[in-house]
Order: sequence, then structure tokens, then C-alpha cells
Amino acid sequence: MASHLPPKPIPQHSTATAGGMAEAGHHHPRPRGLMRWLLTTNHKEIGSLYLIFSLVMFFIGGIFALVVRAELFQPGLQLVQPEFFNQMTTMHGLIMVFGAIMPAFVGLANWMVPLQIGAPDMALPRLNNFSFWLLPVAFGLLLSTLLMPGGGPNFGWTFYAPLSTTYAPPSTTFFILSLHIAGISSILGAINIIATILNLRAPGMRMMDMPLFVWTWLITAFLLIAVMPVLAGVITMMLMDINFGTSFFNAAGGGDPVLFQHLFWFFGHPEVYIMILPAFGIVSAIIPTFSRKRLFGYASMVYATAAIALLSFLVWAHHMFVVGLPLVAELFFMYTTLLIAVPTGVKVFNWVATMFRGSISFEPPMLFALAFVVQFTVGGFSGLMLAISPADFQYHDTYFVVAHFHYVLVPGALFAILAGAYYWLPKWTGHYPNLRLSQWHFWLSVIGVNLTFFPMHFSGLAGMPRRIPDYALQFADFNLVSSLGAFLFGASQLIFVLLVIKCVRGGEKAPAKAWEGAEDLEWSVPSPAPLHTFETPPEFQPKQH
Amino acid sequence: MSRQDEQTRNQEGVRRTVTRTLVVLAGMFAFAFALVPLYDVFCEVTGLNGKTSNTAQMLVHEEVDTSRMVTVQFITRGSAGLPWELDVETRQVRVHPGQSNEVFFTFRNRGGEASRASAVPSVSPSEASVHLRKLSCFCFQEQRLAAGERLEAPLVFQLTRDLPPDIKTVTLVYTLYPVQPTQAAASPRGSINEGDSA
Repeated sequence: MASHLPPKPIPQHSTATAGGMAEAGHHHPRPRGLMRWLLTTNHKEIGSLYLIFSLVMFFIGGIFALVVRAELFQPGLQLVQPEFFNQMTTMHGLIMVFGAIMPAFVGLANWMVPLQIGAPDMALPRLNNFSFWLLPVAFGLLLSTLLMPGGGPNFGWTFYAPLSTTYAPPSTTFFILSLHIAGISSILGAINIIATILNLRAPGMRMMDMPLFVWTWLITAFLLIAVMPVLAGVITMMLMDINFGTSFFNAAGGGDPVLFQHLFWFFGHPEVYIMILPAFGIVSAIIPTFSRKRLFGYASMVYATAAIALLSFLVWAHHMFVVGLPLVAELFFMYTTLLIAVPTGVKVFNWVATMFRGSISFEPPMLFALAFVVQFTVGGFSGLMLAISPADFQYHDTYFVVAHFHYVLVPGALFAILAGAYYWLPKWTGHYPNLRLSQWHFWLSVIGVNLTFFPMHFSGLAGMPRRIPDYALQFADFNLVSSLGAFLFGASQLIFVLLVIKCVRGGEKAPAKAWEGAEDLEWSVPSPAPLHTFETPPEFQPKQH
Repeated sequence: MSRQDEQTRNQEGVRRTVTRTLVVLAGMFAFAFALVPLYDVFCEVTGLNGKTSNTAQMLVHEEVDTSRMVTVQFITRGSAGLPWELDVETRQVRVHPGQSNEVFFTFRNRGGEASRASAVPSVSPSEASVHLRKLSCFCFQEQRLAAGERLEAPLVFQLTRDLPPDIKTVTLVYTLYPVQPTQAAASPRGSINEGDSA
């Protein structure tokens, strides 16, 4: 599967004869075939592995989602049993969050961060290899729980105790282990990214000269370092409650299930920003390029990202408005949550201002970036509705919540990843992606996504609860539309796979600077990017932001 | 030469960054566990979680506030897989703040064998929990009942006079949970102690 995807082995590279710092490793004969991918320490190859892995996980998680949507196509139980339905909703969430979106961003970071800051590779290349190869282990283990007696995790991706402890299937211990492994992978990846960005920038590149994708990833990596250990702590407590008789979350032994929710969301809310901040970075690279203008308000973008990251630690209980918080806490978490709209609004206005009087062209990356801005804002607005605590008493655990977080994650995070892929595919493969196919992919995705998730706002406001395999008859029409949209969206992603394969095989040749308005350092290396770049650090010319 | 220098400088920088991030990492992992006792302390101080003290408290000697009455309701709940019943002699009492009151609860083991359980309390509204003092409660210990055995146990409580005036009703919920021998010993707070058991 991996063999036909980027990067192609490029035998000659610029400094093959330059010896100097390209020491030891490079002079050994490179391992071929599978071993090449198992042992690679090259940031571009590891980046490709991450991207391919997340694409595979995206389809697996997508198939789970389609099982859910097929069952919900009409009221009543047709295809699957409720027990299996619960496993599908849970696994869909876990795979998409930890297996598709997060590794896709890490893959983009691996590929692009060294290229954008003029570094020869990541700071810790071997650790980089290790962080990637933990992922297939983690998700192989997680998927295998579906075949275990009692089935896989069935308690929702938020795995609230005591559903995930006292009442959990026996496979939960494997679920905990797989999440531990995936968490270690994320942490190691984050350490690597921080070390690279802080230490390996091209001479002359100050922090405030860095492209925004680098900035947003730096902040994301700090969030990962701060909250992944908390997740590890929570699942360790679960493990002890299940296997060693402790009572962290068990009321019978003096523990408290609500504590689980506090700990989980203390991790969980920064986690949702981990899944969106790099998306902001990608869009902030694409919109200026295709508007042929500098990004409006570079510094305010950086500060807004940092502000969102800091605020993310103060809002966790807005996921728990109905657990019985005291009034003061309801108000506090409501106000802090509404406050996040301010830096996010700064970003949206900056993107719009960047386009203002720009000479805009609508290449595929720009289409996805524009769809991101519009639809992410829709998701942001429904988030504001949910932030209002008295209203949330009504919306809590309904399809309105499902609509909200799918709007920020699918036409939000996922569209940004796709935009990034279209933007950088010429750099990765040396070929432009097929224009006609990308337009089909874009329009079918936009239509599919909105058919799927927009009706969920209405079914949610009308009171349809989440995570149920059957529903009352009045929700039938909305669910029918959602299901049709989901299958359209799922099928249209096959176009993307076809398009990537075609792009790797051939197509219109791309020059080093593949897009007219693209100014960052990655566009100064040839397309496709040779395996080794910037072995001599480039001279960085600070531009006026 | 200068490139060599820069390489070593970079490597030192990377090492420093990695060390620092690892320290933060270890700190955050420890912080997650520290949150467990911190959460308990926070809840105890503020009474936010409707939890009452796990040990007997002294009666506060103060004048009974005869100017107002507060309704105290009792709710008892069983637990799946535990063939026990918990009943209360009266579902509701009207009390004056400051006054001490006694209510009897009855445990029955309807099952065929001896088992152990504990009743875990919760107070609603949670603001009332700091003003509810329990002088004696069956909930401080776990109960052990032989098959068919019946046990009557008192709850002696007082609502202090500083109970906010807007609270007119206080609800006490007792939920029965089965106790496995290992659980009692490994409880993080050690609140249910085998030595104390009735």
C-alpha cells in the first residue's frame, strides 16, 4: 500500500558529494523495500507514513460511521444490534480523533515544519520513527478489541466512568493500553516538534518570522505536552479501578464518577484545540497565497492562537453543565467559553481581511480553505449556542452537539487537512493534482458534509438524543437526509484517494514555486522535494509581516 | 568550522528543550493524580459536590432557630446485583435549624447469603452539605448482614443555623453499594475501614 505513495526515492540529492555534516548514516546503502519504511529516519518519509496511516484510519473510522448512519437511515432496528451500534459510535470517535485527525496533522508537521523553517530534518529523527511505528501497534490493538469476547469499547469516545469501569466489557484493559501507546506517540511527536522549532530554525529566522503553520504547531505541541499526561493519568486510574480494586471513580468505595468527567475534560477540551489549531495554521498559509497578499494581522494571529490555547484550560466544565455544578461554576465556565469567541473571531476576520482587495484565484487548496472558514464559523456559532449554560440544559447530549462538533471537525479540521494536502501535493510529488477530479471531490464533499450534518441541528433541537440506535418517528426525515449525505460524503473521499494515486504517478509538472503567491521557504526547494533538503541552512530574508 | 559549531550548539539546544519538556511531562502526570485529593479537598471546603463528612461531627451548641422550618427529605436506593433493601421510617421531616434530629433507617438482606454493603450519602442542594452535620450515621461504616437479617440504624443530624435562608428543602439520598473485600482496603481515601465495620 505504501509503495506507490510519496515520496519517491530520489537517488541524487543536492549534497550527495558534500560530505561535511551529512555524516555516517547517509553513506550506508539504504535499506530497500519494507525495511526502508520500518527504519527510515527521514522526516519526509515519516511524514508520508503518518499521512498514509491517517488516511487508512480515516476510511476505517468512516466505515464505522456509515454502519451507524445505515442503522439510523430509518427508525427501528434493521442492521445491527444496539450493543454493536454502541461499539461503532465509540470506535468511530476514537479512530477519527486519535487515529485520523491527530496523526494527519503530525504527518503534515513532519513534512512541512523542517521545510518551512529551513531545517535539514526533525531534531530527533530516530524518536520520530519510533513515534510513528507506535501508532499501527496502538490502533491494531484497539481494532482487535472488536473481535474479543464481549466486544470492543461501547461507552462512547469520552469513556465516562462507571460505564467504562464497572460496566465495561472485558476488553477495556486493551483499550486502555492502546490509548496509552497512542498517547506516548503523540507526546514523543510533540517533544520532537518543539525541539525542532525552537532549535533548528534557519539563521536569521526569529520566532515572529515563522510561518503560521509552524507557530500553530508549536502551540499545539505545548498543549499536547500539557494534557496528554493527564489523559494517561485518567486511564491509569481506570485501569486500577478495573483491575486493582481502587475506587477513584467508584462511589461505592468512596470515589466519584464526576471526578472522571473533570479529569477527562481537563484533557479533552485542550484536545479539541489540538485538533483545530494546526488547521488554522494551514488556512493561514493558503489564503494569503491565493489572495496574492500578505496575511493580514500576522502578530494578532499568533497572539490569538496563544490566547485560545491558554483559555482552553479554563473551560472544561462546559461539557458538564448538567452534572449539577453550582451556579457560580456554571457562570464562570459559560463566560470563559464565550470569551474564546474573541480570539477565534480575530482569526476569522483576519482571514477575511486578507482576502479583501486581494486578487483571488480558486485553485483546489483555496476552495477547501474557503469552505473551512465558512463552515468552521457555522460550527463556532453552534458552539456559542451550546456555551450558554441554561440553553445547554436543553441541547445537552442531543444531535445538536453532534452537529456542532462535526462541523468543527469535518468541514473544519478535515477540510483544512485536505486543503493542506492539495496545497503541498505539488511539493511532495512534483505534480499538480488533477484539477477536474479535485473540483469533483470538493463539491461532492461540501454537499455531502452539509447534507449529513446540517439536518442534525434540527433533529437535535427537536430533542433527538445522541448515541441511540433507534429513534422516535418524528426524526425520520432528518435522519434519512443525514444518512444519504453521509454515504455521498464517504464515497466522494474515494475520489481523493484516486487523485492522490494519480498525482504520485504523474500529471502536470510543478516548478519549485508551485503556486504564484506562495512565499515560504518550502517553495525554494525543488518539486518534488529531494529526500535531503537544507543540509546547508538557507539564508533567511525576514519579510515584513 | 562554524557549521560544526552551530551543529553542537543546536544539539545542546535540543537536549535542553527535551529535558525541559520531559520535566513538564512528569509534572503534568503527577498533577493528574494530585487532582484526585485536591478535588476532594475542594469539594469538602466548598461543599460543592453534595458530599458530607465521612466521620461523626460534634453537635454545634446553638440556639434553635424557631423562626423557620426546613423540610428534610430522605431517599434510599438499592443497587443492581445486591439483594438488599434500605428503608427509612419517615420519608420527610420538618426541622428547625440548630435542632438535633434522629431518624431510623432499616437495612434488610433479602438474599440467600451473607453480604456486605455501604450506603453512600449525597446531599442536594449541594450548598446545604456544609451546613448538615452528622453526629452519628450508618453511612460512616459498611454494614454486614447475614441472609435474611434485618438491622435498624440511626442517623442523628443537625442543620446549622447559618443554613442560607433560601434553602427550604434539603434532600438526603442514600445509595446502597455492594462492598467487595478488596475494595474496602484499597479505597483511595480509606474512608470505609474494615476495623470500623458494624
